[in-house]
Amino acid sequence: MLRWFRRSAAPTTNDEWLDALRGPDRDQALAALRPILVRGLRAAFRDRVPHQIDAFAEDVAQEALLKILDHLDAFRGEARFTTWAHKIAARLALTKLRRKRWENVSLEDLTTRDDDGAPRPHPSLTDQAPRPDDQATLAHYVEVVQQVMQQTLTETQRTALEAVMQHDMPITEVARRLGVSRNTLYKRLHDARKNLKAALRERGIAPEEILAEVEAR
Amino acid sequence: MPLDPSTLSRLARALATTQPDEIACDECFARMDAFADLLLSGKPAEELLPKIHAHLQRCPDCKEEFESLLAMLRATG
Ligand SMILES: [Zn+2]
Repeated sequence: MLRWFRRSAAPTTNDEWLDALRGPDRDQALAALRPILVRGLRAAFRDRVPHQIDAFAEDVAQEALLKILDHLDAFRGEARFTTWAHKIAARLALTKLRRKRWENVSLEDLTTRDDDGAPRPHPSLTDQAPRPDDQATLAHYVEVVQQVMQQTLTETQRTALEAVMQHDMPITEVARRLGVSRNTLYKRLHDARKNLKAALRERGIAPEEILAEVEAR
Repeated sequence: MPLDPSTLSRLARALATTQPDEIACDECFARMDAFADLLLSGKPAEELLPKIHAHLQRCPDCKEEFESLLAMLRATG
């Protein structure tokens, strides 16, 4: 195989990248890949890390390079090699930012009630003035959905659903707190959605009509 | 879980788009790069990889990662 470093500034094709990273030109290939990742990270995350973007981009790029070297066999060749490398860096960057953003929040904090645990309607559901018919319909949906959630989902499913849907906690962070992988939690939430949908259907309610009702307001 | 209108709306939307055979995050991550390259080269990524597209619409974590990936690719050409 051609030694890319002798004739060009950086590998261009996927095969060139793989050969370089697996062979004696590895260090030069890493040196070529690093600034590409750093540039991408700086652009993508400078709004979220305004003050330490340089250090952040360098740290993430370094971690990404190690991961890339470790996982070269996972590259399927369906994308450009650099796209695959950026993907790994993007996930590492977001994993760091999510962890930092949510570090002091427990699932308990999010879902603790200050009353006896009974769900309470949001003020805007009850305080809004006229349109009593709509009010009644919406209140009915709220009641049914809450009942169905109580009967159909496990405590953990409810907690996870609430953290994700109501408090925007990343699935990754909920999964970490529950000690499962993100993939597993996604599947459990998917099961929860399927079960809820089926239970509502048994009561003659389609999610689309609830949606229409909420959005009509 | 107290259901305020915005949560109820998000939940209803999630249920309306729930499919029996969704892929999960690992499968999405495995092909997210291919999806991005197709999209940026003007190919119909949504038609070619419909399950990836559907997951990206549905999963906030994968969506965020995908959007960051696109921003990285746009910045580096
Ligand atoms: Zn996902």
